[in-house]
Amino acid sequence: MQVTMTVNGTEYTREIEGRMLLVHFLRDVLGLTGTHWGCDTSNCGVCVVWLDGEPVKSCTVLAAMAGGHEVRTVEGLANGAELDPIQEGFRQCHGLQCGFCTPGMLMTCRALLDKNPDPTEGEIREAISGQICRCTGYSSIVRSVRWTAVHEAEARNAKEEVAQA
Amino acid sequence: MQVPAPFEYERATSVDQAIGLLERLGGSARLVAGGHSLLPMMKLRLADFEYLIDINDLHGELGYIRLSDGEVRIGAMTRHRELLESDVLAEVFPIFRDAEKVIADPIVRNRGTLGGSLCQADPSEDLSAVCTTLDASCVIRGPGGAERVVTMEEFHVGPYETAVGDSEILTEIRIPRKLERAGSAYAKVERRAGDWAVVSAGAAVWLDRGRIVDARVGLAAVGPNTTGIPEISAALRGHEPSEELFQVAGAIAARSCDPVTDTRGSADYKRHLADELTRRTLRKAVERARS
Repeated sequence: MQVTMTVNGTEYTREIEGRMLLVHFLRDVLGLTGTHWGCDTSNCGVCVVWLDGEPVKSCTVLAAMAGGHEVRTVEGLANGAELDPIQEGFRQCHGLQCGFCTPGMLMTCRALLDKNPDPTEGEIREAISGQICRCTGYSSIVRSVRWTAVHEAEARNAKEEVAQA
Repeated sequence: MQVPAPFEYERATSVDQAIGLLERLGGSARLVAGGHSLLPMMKLRLADFEYLIDINDLHGELGYIRLSDGEVRIGAMTRHRELLESDVLAEVFPIFRDAEKVIADPIVRNRGTLGGSLCQADPSEDLSAVCTTLDASCVIRGPGGAERVVTMEEFHVGPYETAVGDSEILTEIRIPRKLERAGSAYAKVERRAGDWAVVSAGAAVWLDRGRIVDARVGLAAVGPNTTGIPEISAALRGHEPSEELFQVAGAIAARSCDPVTDTRGSADYKRHLADELTRRTLRKAVERARS
């Protein structure tokens, strides 16, 4: 069957099997290997991407289901050479060790901050509760998200001051 | 790599068109909504279909929470996240928010649906226990727009088996609202965040002038399907709520259920939980009905 979807702003049309999962479509068909493929059972969350702006586990979504919809992957976070603030936060606060869970964590945490720009530690832990960091680096991940929240708030305030001046 | 066996993918554009597809394809076809139960089962070859009919586009038609004086109607495509975030639903039936907080995880809740959860008919499924507790009924639509309404007891005919026929679709859940002061609550014991229940319990009570007019308890993971326990309702009706009364209800729950020993715990431990969680949820439900 033929499927057409928009990934990180680019439209792709490909011939696929109906049973192909979104994670394999992204990695094997489009070559976007930033999205990782982990447990296969929607437990670990390394495969999280956005479908129409909402995080989903792409190992449990058919590629065909994404037809006509918009997908955003970890490759779609940075703006050229400029990292998204959530990526910068993970870099500053050591939010990754082996890096396997990182793409999923980044997509979930970006979605969290877009909805809730000032999340508490509890809210961050709840948001990533469907994701596993096998290096058990959860504390640094929480710190990374808090770093991003603080820096994004500062950036917003600076912008407002400029606008008022 | 785990992938389902080959199948043909179809996409439904309306409820009636989906029923038309089901009529044509018969038992070789299956509806898929969120897919977070069905796709894992297909990966493991526990389920195998020639056709999958994707009904996610029916969210516009079947994704809603509507309140009237007499009842609450929830569309089958309403997603877990929507049930969790609905303030009106939490106001009328706080049991939904209690349960949704402990169903899977936030990412899975973005996809999974009420109808899909009920149709999966897993003995440990939380929303089935919630709907059983609230005496919900299920609207099933078939060819020619014919609708029938069944109780939760009729809906679940066994583990992973429902009353929905080959060319039918579950469209709506209806929950009666009563005039009296209502309270409800849900509690679950799980081994880790987002896991299936070791045991969970839901309770709903309706009070009038300090006395229990009606009360219902629903348990998950302690029998072939989520179970309502009429004996508890009978024991509570007409009485003033008290710890002694909750103890009686807990004891009935423990002896009325049918748990099995498995990796999640021994049958004895599960009976203990059925007792304890029945008491906790009744206590909370009464507290909420009074406030």
